[in-house]
Amino acid sequence: MTILGPSGCGKTTLLRLIAGFLPATSGQIFIGGKEITGIPPYKRPVNTVFQKYALFPHLNVYDNIAFGLKLKKLPRKEIDRKVARVLKMVSMTDYEYRSVDSLSGGQQQRVAIARAIVNEPEVLLLDEPLSALDLKMRQDMQMELKELHKNLKITFLYVTHDQEEALTLSDTVVVMSEGVIQQTGTPMDVYNEPANSFVADFIGASNILNAEMIEDELVRFANHDFKCVDKGFGEHTPVDVVLRPEDIVVFENPSNGMLCGKIQSVVFKGVHYELTVLTEDGYELLVHDYNCFNVGATVGLAVKPFDIHVMKKERVCNTFEGKLIDASHVEFLGHEFECKEVEGIEAGERVKVEVDFGDVELLDNEGMIEGEVKYILYKCDRYHLTVLTDWDENIYVDTQDVWDDGDKVGISIMPEHIRVIHL
Amino acid sequence: MKKRQFGRFGVQKNWTIPYAVFLLVFVITPLILIAIYAFTDADGQFSLANFQKFIHHGETVNTFVYSIGIALITTLVCLIVGYPVAWILSQNIFSSTSVIVMLFILPMWINTLIRTLATVALFDFLQLPLGEGALIFGLVYNFLPFMIYPIYNVLNKTDHSLTEAAQDLGACPLKVFTRVTLPLSMPGVTSGILMVFMPTVSTFAIAELLTLNNIKLLGTTVQENINNGMWNYGAAISLVMLLLIGVSSLFTDDKSGEEGGLL
Repeated sequence: MTILGPSGCGKTTLLRLIAGFLPATSGQIFIGGKEITGIPPYKRPVNTVFQKYALFPHLNVYDNIAFGLKLKKLPRKEIDRKVARVLKMVSMTDYEYRSVDSLSGGQQQRVAIARAIVNEPEVLLLDEPLSALDLKMRQDMQMELKELHKNLKITFLYVTHDQEEALTLSDTVVVMSEGVIQQTGTPMDVYNEPANSFVADFIGASNILNAEMIEDELVRFANHDFKCVDKGFGEHTPVDVVLRPEDIVVFENPSNGMLCGKIQSVVFKGVHYELTVLTEDGYELLVHDYNCFNVGATVGLAVKPFDIHVMKKERVCNTFEGKLIDASHVEFLGHEFECKEVEGIEAGERVKVEVDFGDVELLDNEGMIEGEVKYILYKCDRYHLTVLTDWDENIYVDTQDVWDDGDKVGISIMPEHIRVIHL
Repeated sequence: MKKRQFGRFGVQKNWTIPYAVFLLVFVITPLILIAIYAFTDADGQFSLANFQKFIHHGETVNTFVYSIGIALITTLVCLIVGYPVAWILSQNIFSSTSVIVMLFILPMWINTLIRTLATVALFDFLQLPLGEGALIFGLVYNFLPFMIYPIYNVLNKTDHSLTEAAQDLGACPLKVFTRVTLPLSMPGVTSGILMVFMPTVSTFAIAELLTLNNIKLLGTTVQENINNGMWNYGAAISLVMLLLIGVSSLFTDDKSGEEGGLL
């Protein structure tokens, strides 16, 4: 099982809670049906492989691995036998008496794994164990971990920010963002049926577009109607559509496709070519194809109904709680905004405020309020940004301008774009 | 281009000259002079008489042994008091650890003599007798920071994930300390021991003031001899003392010097 998420999403915190290094402020933790919430880490049936290995520098390989067994006061012979067995498992036999400082990163990693599994935990926690290794080594270790998992038959709880690693290694993937589980499922489910635009964007390359569900099995995006297999969203409902680049078919003859576009760039990726295609209506799509096309060529694009994945939108506009100051001023996000004349609501009353994503303006210099760009989602013809305001509330913005993660921005909203709604 | 770099390198090399001269005049020459004085008699002839006198002079040998004893006790007390302090500081229990470390180091800003005189006044005020106990108190008070700081430094630099790893492998807090924290802090401990032991062996002012001149340490003997014009004998005792300090510093390995962070 893998916990997957971008850095800072709380996945390591979750692992540390399970290992017992952090006290849980609320909730309970169970392992194999037994509650372990209040139990100190040294009594929990789990062992951890740390991100930076955390091998004891004053002990050699043998003593590092035997550390836990010696604490359990096992007879010397049994310790010898067990250490030899795990060293063989991680193919490090004959390294017993080497000092850990003399080992390479990959070897230290193997020792760290051996040290954890020798104690036969019920759950093995792995905190981004391969992040310090180079690509080739990482791929080898992934295979070895899979093999180990098969042989040991214990639960591996693996934390990573590498989506490919997560898909390769796990039976179950848990996608996390900002401390919240976004989706839990098999690698196939998570890839093919992402629960929301965050999951779709984070796992694998994808084209995410704003779309409208016209009726069951008919969806409109990129100015065209497409047949799809999803239903039950209701008529004329705004939705998000995910198209995987490998599911888009390219035709040399533009009239053969449903969409028509010009190739902007071609990048050779080994097995396939990565094409960027700009459609007539200004939508930029990422396409993977085995054939090479010329930049500038006009091509047709098509998608099979089954390959169009429709997702419910988490929100269709910004919604804030606020207070009406007077007939033409409303307070929300810690600021007093001017708005259109409001009728039928008393000054001082609590109200709901709505602002469309596209009506929020971002400025380089000071705006009415300030914020920081937290997350950027490219929607083929616009960027959908999540901006954390200084008021500690998110505001969602659609923009054509390019911003970077972490940019400090000023935010302003014109009076005519603020909708004040009676609660 | 190459030439210029060479030239620059040459300049950098020249920068060390003042320090080399300083070391030559104030460290190496005096050491050679001590050796020459120790191996000659009052007339400037080579002799081993000074060392023979030292060995046969019962009182000096007693002082020698006693000084080492006092230094050992001081070092031990400093270690027993200093280690827990260093450990507590390294745990970041206090919100502003650096301020507390500062408070421990602050007394070192004041001259040792003034501090010792203040200690005498304190003992007088509390009507405590001056003597051996006061001496050890004074030495510990003076040298405690030299024990705390290197240990604190090592403990503070120790990767916290190591203690977590030990807990994870089933070690209770006591075992974490004895199996991981303590062995890893040994460079700091040896460094601290040296920093306390070396100066206490050769101290004399603190002994004079805190025992009303009743207890003589080896440093006192050297000082008395040199004051009384017996330069050769004084130099011989100094040399023995230097040798002792030199030998004691062999007990540490090279690593502790850099990791322990001598002040």
